[in-house]
Amino acid sequence: MSEARAAILGRLRRAAPMADAPAPDFTTLQVRRWEPAERLVKLRQGMALVKAEFLEAGPEDWPRVVADFVVREGLTSLLYGPDTAEGRALAAAWPAAGPRLVPYDRPVEAFKTELFQDLQAGFTTTLGGIAETGGLLLTPGPAEPRLLSLVPPVHIALLRADRIFDTLWQAIRSLGWNQRLPPNALVISGPSKTADIEQTLAYGVHGPKRLIVCVVAS
Amino acid sequence: MHGDLEVDFLASSTRALANPQLRTNFRRAMDGLMAKRANLFKDPAEWAELRALGAAVRAQSLARLPELLDRLEANCTRNGIQVHWAETTDQANHLVLKLLQDRGARTLVKGKSMVSEEMGLNAFLADHGIEALESDLGEYIIQLDDETPSHIIMPAIHKNKDQIARLFSEKIKHAQYTEEVDELTAMARAVLRQKFLEADAGLSGVNFAVADTGTLCLVENEGNGRMSTHVPPVHIAVMGLEKVVATLEDVAPLYSLLTRSATGQAITTYFNLISGPRGPGELDGPREVHLVILDHNRSNIYQDAELQATLRCIRCGACMNHCPVYTRIGGHAYEAVYPGPIGAILTPQMEGVGVRHDLTHASSLCSACVEVCPVQIPIARLLVRLRREATHALPESLVEGRGSGRSALESLLWSAWAWAMGHPSVYRLSAWCATRGWGLLPAGAPVLRAWTRTRTKPKAARRGLQELARAKGVPHV
Repeated sequence: MSEARAAILGRLRRAAPMADAPAPDFTTLQVRRWEPAERLVKLRQGMALVKAEFLEAGPEDWPRVVADFVVREGLTSLLYGPDTAEGRALAAAWPAAGPRLVPYDRPVEAFKTELFQDLQAGFTTTLGGIAETGGLLLTPGPAEPRLLSLVPPVHIALLRADRIFDTLWQAIRSLGWNQRLPPNALVISGPSKTADIEQTLAYGVHGPKRLIVCVVAS
Repeated sequence: MHGDLEVDFLASSTRALANPQLRTNFRRAMDGLMAKRANLFKDPAEWAELRALGAAVRAQSLARLPELLDRLEANCTRNGIQVHWAETTDQANHLVLKLLQDRGARTLVKGKSMVSEEMGLNAFLADHGIEALESDLGEYIIQLDDETPSHIIMPAIHKNKDQIARLFSEKIKHAQYTEEVDELTAMARAVLRQKFLEADAGLSGVNFAVADTGTLCLVENEGNGRMSTHVPPVHIAVMGLEKVVATLEDVAPLYSLLTRSATGQAITTYFNLISGPRGPGELDGPREVHLVILDHNRSNIYQDAELQATLRCIRCGACMNHCPVYTRIGGHAYEAVYPGPIGAILTPQMEGVGVRHDLTHASSLCSACVEVCPVQIPIARLLVRLRREATHALPESLVEGRGSGRSALESLLWSAWAWAMGHPSVYRLSAWCATRGWGLLPAGAPVLRAWTRTRTKPKAARRGLQELARAKGVPHV
């Protein structure tokens, strides 16, 4: 379809040059800043509003907090990425007679049906969060595949309290996302939801029914 | 895809107005959406600054459109996303079909995409033996009932939950009748998760495309967008060529304006950035990602300095939520893919102002849409421009069907009007006749009947303003 390409771009280039559009002024986003402690409060407010749930933990004991939650909720399995530092810490602290801790270590094609039908929860790390609106930043990839945070009905995400950015705009700049992005990056603010039936909010329409954020104090 | 059909806006809007259920459903929904949006823009200064930024980003992106499209293509290609171009919806349909056929795909799961509605993709694929299944809950509902979206954000907004409950109990296997929204949602979840698991390919739209990094941004709440783009082995994205911006940073204000304007949310559940297929070492994600860039008359709109503002649109739907016409007649009455004020300016430009100039009159020019547009599209001004395009073949205009809506009778009446206005004695005589003769005109007279069918006939003053002024001794009247 290179013919179509040439024709389309040809027509676009035929347009008279625009009068210089005013350069966008990003000041309104630049001035949105909060103290570190306030950032966590704002993030929690924003995400609680859309039904995200929170666990609190310290830098050492978070694997136990996560395991306790999984046991307490009667979840029978937790899928995780075994090749991250956090994945190793989780495996090391996992109770011997506890729920199944399943490593995501094969191509999805090898266990797609099990993933969709049997596994009850998925665990991921995050790059951080967004204070202004709430939201977690994730870059799925080889260590933590894309479907880990999407297919199991419960998603447990680890958030370090000192990794909360003021705004999405600031996160994009700080993470260098203007220059380079991995094949997939995303922001998640709560469990999957819809309001397509009479604008009535319903959770868990396609993706996770619950999002649990385990906040690790710095 | 409505270009070939007989469209009659007067008839369809009259039908819609006579449907009390439809009017109740829309009134309630639009009131809800307006309140939710207002709640998120409580600070007028913040709103003004952010929307000025949003408008500037869109205007600047359009000013550099050919260059940005070039760069988007180069960077997508570098990332492993294959880029295809389509001048028409027909070309786009054939491109998608070939991609699917070459891979032996029989089933396609779809995330929400208005461009695919423009293409009429589902029907086209069905004709070629490929099942295209909508997975956005609203789209799924209307597909079950063989309907088209009545709103660009909330496609099933014209239905209430009783209607949906009946539909599900009739169309979904083993479904029990229930009016509980949570249970209805769970039913759709059960059906669609199985479909995601089995689908041969996935298709999505694109909310924003980023030239510098070759990135496709998808904004959604349900997770069906992520399911459609990450689970099947092939992902095909379709986008209108105007969607591109330079950097991801440019997307930040647009995303905020979009979610707040559309559904009154500070942020959506998912903001998904796709910059390539499954990479080295990755264990999931599609093996291939394809991007189809569609023109469909956009490049003609682009060449008109005034009409180009149409292409700033980020498809938030706020203009329809606030439109007194849309709220009363709903989306289907427009008989167009894009209803409401944005549809009233976009549809005549895409399908031809000759066939769809009726839509440019689907507005009282109250400008509620202009006030809430997050990227400051002067919709009312463009409506007036297109009304003129419909009846005048303006020089240098590229609007399809320009001048074809001209009627000899209407032109004659306007010429007579202009002539009377230019001749004071004629004007005075007609004013005298109108004030004296008005009473003799029966309320049921043709033309007047449209007004008096539901209202009393207005009374005319016995003497016109000019006469009264003259009697008071006002000079030069």
